[in-house]
Amino acid sequence: MTGKTVVTGLGVASPNGLGTADFWDNTRSGKSGIGLVTRFDPTNYPARLAGEVPGFTAEDHLPGRLLPQTDRMTRLALAAADWALEDAGVRPAEIPAFDMGVVTASSSGGFEFGQGELQALWSQGSQYVSAYQSFAWFYAVNSGQISIRNGMKGPSSVVVSDQAGGLDAVAQARRQIRRGTPLVVSGAIDASICPWGWVAQLAGGRLSTSECVDRAYLPFDAAAAGHVPGEGGAIVVLESEESAVVRGAHVYGEIAGYGATFDPRPDSGREPGLRRAVELALADAGVEPGEVDVVFADAAAVPELDRAEAAALRAVFGPRGVAVTAPKTMTGRLYSGAGPLDLAAALLSMDAGVIPPTVNVEPVPGYDLDLVVEQRSTPVHCALVLARGEGGFNSALLVRSV
Amino acid sequence: MTARRVVITGIEVLAPGGVGVDAFWDLISNGRTATRGITFFDASTFRSRVAAEIDFDPEEHGLSPQEIRRMDRAAQLAVTAARGAVRDSGIELADTDPYRVGVTVGSAVGATMSLDQEYRVVSDSGRLSLVDHTYAVPHLYNFLVPSSFSAEVAWAVDAQGPNTVVSTGCTSGIDSVGYAADLIREGSADVMIAGSSDAPISPITLACFDAIKATTPRDDDPATASRPFDGTRNGFVLGEGTAVFVMEELERARARGAHIYAEVAGYASRSNAYHMTGLRPDGAEMAEAIRVALDEARMNPEQIDYINAHGSGTKQNDRHETSAFKRSLGRHAYETPVSSIKSMVGHSLGAIGSIEIAASVLAMRHSVVPPTANLHTPDPECDLDYVPLTAREQRTDAVLTVGSGFGGFQSAMVLARPERTVT
Amino acid sequence: METRHFTLDDLRRILLEGAGADDAVDLDGEILDLGFDELGYESLALLETSSRIEREYGVSLDDEELTDGATPRRLIDAVNDRLSAPADSV
Repeated sequence: MTGKTVVTGLGVASPNGLGTADFWDNTRSGKSGIGLVTRFDPTNYPARLAGEVPGFTAEDHLPGRLLPQTDRMTRLALAAADWALEDAGVRPAEIPAFDMGVVTASSSGGFEFGQGELQALWSQGSQYVSAYQSFAWFYAVNSGQISIRNGMKGPSSVVVSDQAGGLDAVAQARRQIRRGTPLVVSGAIDASICPWGWVAQLAGGRLSTSECVDRAYLPFDAAAAGHVPGEGGAIVVLESEESAVVRGAHVYGEIAGYGATFDPRPDSGREPGLRRAVELALADAGVEPGEVDVVFADAAAVPELDRAEAAALRAVFGPRGVAVTAPKTMTGRLYSGAGPLDLAAALLSMDAGVIPPTVNVEPVPGYDLDLVVEQRSTPVHCALVLARGEGGFNSALLVRSV
Repeated sequence: MTARRVVITGIEVLAPGGVGVDAFWDLISNGRTATRGITFFDASTFRSRVAAEIDFDPEEHGLSPQEIRRMDRAAQLAVTAARGAVRDSGIELADTDPYRVGVTVGSAVGATMSLDQEYRVVSDSGRLSLVDHTYAVPHLYNFLVPSSFSAEVAWAVDAQGPNTVVSTGCTSGIDSVGYAADLIREGSADVMIAGSSDAPISPITLACFDAIKATTPRDDDPATASRPFDGTRNGFVLGEGTAVFVMEELERARARGAHIYAEVAGYASRSNAYHMTGLRPDGAEMAEAIRVALDEARMNPEQIDYINAHGSGTKQNDRHETSAFKRSLGRHAYETPVSSIKSMVGHSLGAIGSIEIAASVLAMRHSVVPPTANLHTPDPECDLDYVPLTAREQRTDAVLTVGSGFGGFQSAMVLARPERTVT
Repeated sequence: METRHFTLDDLRRILLEGAGADDAVDLDGEILDLGFDELGYESLALLETSSRIEREYGVSLDDEELTDGATPRRLIDAVNDRLSAPADSV
């Protein structure tokens, strides 16, 4: 037994492309999905741009009975799970139910659904709250609904660690595969582009208030002033290498290493934990820094956080020691969906031999990063994906070709 | 290489009826109930108006006004319990590499209480659906994403290892501890501050459980409203609370001479893949989780001395669970005391799993099995030994505790003495 | 005041709003005497449906009317019984 965990299926719902093909076409060529918020009228809010997933009609993808009981993020997740399974060539009905698990991440649950019910409660009364509120908004809903739709009875879980959570979910899925479950559906989809979610994100103080789609989210740029939020993410099929080989599945790559740390207390004066997370992921994979071909950065676009990320990358890889990119400049920050979407992009980079660009950014020279601002053709065998969550969560996931 | 084993060396509980481990044990070992008519707000328009509330004053527990403002009640409870568990364990975290200390906090519904309150404010009591950001509190983001809970715990104890909230509905409290045990076993951490916290007693939670008639309408008799396994049961009683543990790798705990409460000997979670709220009566998936947890513990069903049940007091749960015990433990299910502390402290959703782990460990410590309160009328479909009304003195070396949650999650954990015989 | 009447069309509308429809079921077909389970509605869907009926029509339904082989006809009759009963007995 090799003990390797590999990715065999991708299901993508991104602001710059619904479905893997559209997402990758647009991502490699630098096409952004950021625009004015359309899901509600943003006129009276100080931030008005978002990355919204285009062209998703839930009725085309889901049974009618599921529609009244699902938030947008769950509808996207169920569709993305279907696509990931199809991409992997997996027909769940043909696999023993206990051999398949579901591990997803969430940041804010079905927040739009939740707003609707809070609105019903306070405007009309408690008897107007839906029977589905008991689960449609909660953080576990995507794992639960994916397991039900696909008959998956194996170990399932849900982690919440803000934007870092999507990578933590993939790592937990790998843990379950190592413990003997051959197949785990993982990843994350988040969506909270509703007035209530917007107000909560505004309170976080990290949203860009720029009105200009190509100047609003500029990580590692001298003009960095917060991020554009987005929705979506990716659902992936993870398998033990044996399971993939037995099925003759196409393997995108191996989940080779993972590390997670937490920043020190804000007043401690100690170094942030990102560097350590990267070192743990490299050590876990048995990979030297020089073997890493590209880093998919967290790219907070908050100057202090950009500086810290650049410092961590310089400390591990040396000044301009590795290609760094942030395709999330085309999607906005997707909360728990961000890590899995970057994971998908990293795997597609390996397939294509192309590093997708960071758009609109003129990197601060002092960061000493080799930031990929134009599509770059180069063999990619090993990619590092980083994600940080508000509060101090740091996760690093290393993928490599097999 | 011998496998790393995981033990619990510190405990703190804040549960209805008493703050602290001693008050908690006093309540449940004496079969008293902490369920009462809701006092947190005017619940007169609700179908179910009974809950198990904690009389908790965060200031008394050393939280600053600033901390109190930025934390939801569930986070306040978790931080208080984390500090208490560290004290109880006698561990000196200052002597430990902070990167080797991790945190997991289970929570089913996060900062629901704060979200409910703040929505009322920014929507002007439901008049605006385009809610007004100028009325939002500065810490609203902490309530949007409940990983703020585990971040607060990490700051409180200075932990920089792996950190997450585990949110698997009503099994979160078991799954959080199980997740932490896995991290220690695989070597990602040496110490975990792990547990769970929920404070869901707010109008939106009451309303959603009213809508599916999951909570009991026994409002005229709050003290006996929670009746797991009783023939007259008609729903659960909503509760709140937290339990947090210090978990350590066994040899490390022994080397520092720590008091070892129990080993987290086995854990598993499975899904029913059936329905978000419904359960099939056969309990097959919970039975599978129990079987795998026993297997991981390398123990036979016969070694289980006590089953700490999910026992929520809904019609379907108690029947489902009874089937699962029979299916997984066979004849031994009939010979083993089973009890539900939800009869006394209610159902605190994602927190209760950890509180039940605490009850299980305390049962081992005191050699006393806590009872199922309010169990007067046996239900023919629930035909095991549910320890009605009165605690039972009994040597208890190994406990099975289980949970069942919305989303279909079924979890089981085996707690045992580390010096037990393994098969 | 005119007494309101609850029709099969009203029930169809409320089912669709509150619980959606199973794609294999034709709600516009002969459904009056089919069990709700045959129509793809489980207990949660029926709770949501009854709650919507109660709100819209100001009636109060018993759990039994929605369990144990309940059919659209039985539910419609139960609602109309409540609607035609004197207000003080509801």
